[in-house]
Amino acid sequence: MSQNCSLNELNPGEIAVVKELKIRGSIRRRLLDIGLVKDTKVECVGKSPAGDPAAFLIRGAVIAIRSEDMKDIVVRI
Amino acid sequence: MGLTSHSTGMKSVDSGLNVKKQNPKDKIVAIAGNPNVGKSTVFNNLTGMRQHTGNWPGKTVANAQGYCKTEKNSYVMIDIPGTYSLMAHSAEEEVARDFICFEEPDAVIVVCDACCLERNLNLVLQTMEITDRVVVCINLMDEAGKKGISIDVRAISDKLGVPVVAAAARSGEGLAELMNAVDAVADGRWDQKPVKPLYDSCLEEALKNLKPVVDQKVSGRFPGRWSALMLLESDPFLLLEIEQRLGTELREDPDMKQAVKKAEQILSEDGTEDLEDRIVSGLVKTAQDICADTVLFGTKDYIKRDRKLDDILTSRKTGYPVMIGLLAMVLWVTIVGANYPSELLSKVLFWAEDRLAGLFLNAGLPAWLCSMLFSGVYRVLAWVVSVMLPPMAIFFPLFTLLEDAGYLPRVAYNLDRSFKRCCTCGKQALTMCMGFGCNAAGIVGCRIIDSPRERLIAILTNSFVPCNGRFPTLILMITLFFVGTGDGLPASIGSAVLLTLLILLGVFMTLAVSRLLSKTVLKGMPASFTLELPPFRRPQIGKVIVRSIFDRTLFVLGRAAAVAAPAGLLIWILANISIGETTLLCGFTELLDPFARMIGLDGVILAAFILGFPANEIVVPVMIMAYLSQGIITEPGSVETIRQLLIHNGWTQTTALCMMLFSLMHWPCSTTLLTIKKETGSLKWTFAAFLLPTAAGCLCCFFVKNMTQLVHYIL
Repeated sequence: MSQNCSLNELNPGEIAVVKELKIRGSIRRRLLDIGLVKDTKVECVGKSPAGDPAAFLIRGAVIAIRSEDMKDIVVRI
Repeated sequence: MGLTSHSTGMKSVDSGLNVKKQNPKDKIVAIAGNPNVGKSTVFNNLTGMRQHTGNWPGKTVANAQGYCKTEKNSYVMIDIPGTYSLMAHSAEEEVARDFICFEEPDAVIVVCDACCLERNLNLVLQTMEITDRVVVCINLMDEAGKKGISIDVRAISDKLGVPVVAAAARSGEGLAELMNAVDAVADGRWDQKPVKPLYDSCLEEALKNLKPVVDQKVSGRFPGRWSALMLLESDPFLLLEIEQRLGTELREDPDMKQAVKKAEQILSEDGTEDLEDRIVSGLVKTAQDICADTVLFGTKDYIKRDRKLDDILTSRKTGYPVMIGLLAMVLWVTIVGANYPSELLSKVLFWAEDRLAGLFLNAGLPAWLCSMLFSGVYRVLAWVVSVMLPPMAIFFPLFTLLEDAGYLPRVAYNLDRSFKRCCTCGKQALTMCMGFGCNAAGIVGCRIIDSPRERLIAILTNSFVPCNGRFPTLILMITLFFVGTGDGLPASIGSAVLLTLLILLGVFMTLAVSRLLSKTVLKGMPASFTLELPPFRRPQIGKVIVRSIFDRTLFVLGRAAAVAAPAGLLIWILANISIGETTLLCGFTELLDPFARMIGLDGVILAAFILGFPANEIVVPVMIMAYLSQGIITEPGSVETIRQLLIHNGWTQTTALCMMLFSLMHWPCSTTLLTIKKETGSLKWTFAAFLLPTAAGCLCCFFVKNMTQLVHYIL
């Protein structure tokens, strides 16, 4: 089964592929720099104690992203 | 290796990036790399310097330079800021790019993390777009080995066309080969042709069209392909800089205008995709191709270990308790560990005082001079060494161990939600943690926060966490007035718990004041940010302990001599010069007394805080000195005698509590303020940084004092 959703719908342990970065501004740059381009595989590895931010395994590194930013990242599970 | 004398105190005020050659023939080598790949470790190992290293991204914020000699050449090594990219979207990236582009280094070492090489190659490829003189250093090979990652270094070198060296900089492995490769590149003996990243066909076509025209205009001063890219990107500042260096108006040239137009036309043909996206995709895909058959991942067990640790350290149930527990444990070890050496040192030092004073008197020195030297200078020094130094020397390495292991970014991860509620950046938690070591270092560390508004807030609130120089004051107050001086386990645990609560109050105040600022003078929404959670690393325990005790002990001793001795002298003079009936000291403290009593202190305590402006370590020693000089007790000695002395001077638990609160919240020390002035470039904000904690401290103390009075009145 495959469906498009935003990154913050990913639960810990789930893997998805980036389809589109709708996010703008400096954070978009930052995400591109760490290799989050189209077709990149991301795995949600956990959420912080307060539930936000969440951590993702992206190209071998673990990166924490806040929920406001995650919602503008479209992925396919 | 923890905060060192290079990263704390006055030396944290760095002086910008000016290459200083020792010899005109020195060659320049820039060390670039992603954040947290061991750049500083490579730098330290090559230059023999002790730049602060730690396991969190962005901690090298000040530029460092050092010197390194090989058989063939001597080099000035420049540690440029760690960046993910050279596209200049932040101050660090701009500094890094401009250095590589305009300072024309003889070689650029790009340090990579073997554990995520693919992502690191992004920066390598961008650097190679600007210069051919690149040496790739794949660091942390030892960590990668443990994780079952194997890397075919030679194959990568062949694919990139530049030297690639495997290294494990912490143990010095591979650094000799690295310098051989640097020699080869700097001397022009490297004969392979460096590759360029391959972008999508459309962009490549556009570049192919534009490059010949650009080549002609820049005539070898700048790489043609890169200049063509920059023209298409049209970053006005960079282009202006290039034009100034070339002495021609590149963009105004008619041929150039036409060529750029043509290239833009080609680009627009295949859709609307953003140029930067194209470039980044090209870089990422090239890196992916290079790593496809050269980097092999073995088992995935390593990820499991890190995930398990993260589950404990950052999960909903255990994240906060473990964090507070770790803090309490570090404090407990500090308190217990400092107890014995502290007693011993004070016995030895005060035993020596009597003997030495006697000796000097017998030698025929005038009595006033002996009194000045021993009751003044020596005593304050002795207090600093015996009471303040042991907790500092123990807390520091413990904190450094946590930092080295990679725990601090987890703290930021755990606390980000709270900081977001205050409209600030989670990275502020990192700078706050640094503040525990030294507030000045914490403030320099605020450069890792990208948003200027959030950085300013982090700077203004940094001194709400007690620095290493204030811990001993807090510990002493707790020991003297709240848990007793008993040696037992309950006493030490009680002290640790109280101290932890006090620090949590400091963290709470940091958040509260940040929120207040965000809602008033520094209004704004929380900016987006990403936080990297680096892999856990086993800290080099032995090295950390030796290094930080040495650095720290020497540093504090040095500062004690520089600040405490004159302060002791000043106190002695004030206490011994009289105008009319009272001494100057009495006059001064009496002047402060009415206000000090309003906030639960007394004139002497407030005077000690004022005289302790150069360094918080001397507040308690100066205070004790001042009490002693008023002649209530003449024989100083153990902790118990200090307690007696304070009680004789009218101290109660309320006084001690107010003293702790005021120690937690008062003006930052002079070094910290200087750093703030330097970082903000504004007297107004420096003044705000002075006023905020002072006002908060006065209010808290006023409140506590009056509440306890009220309670006493009612009861």
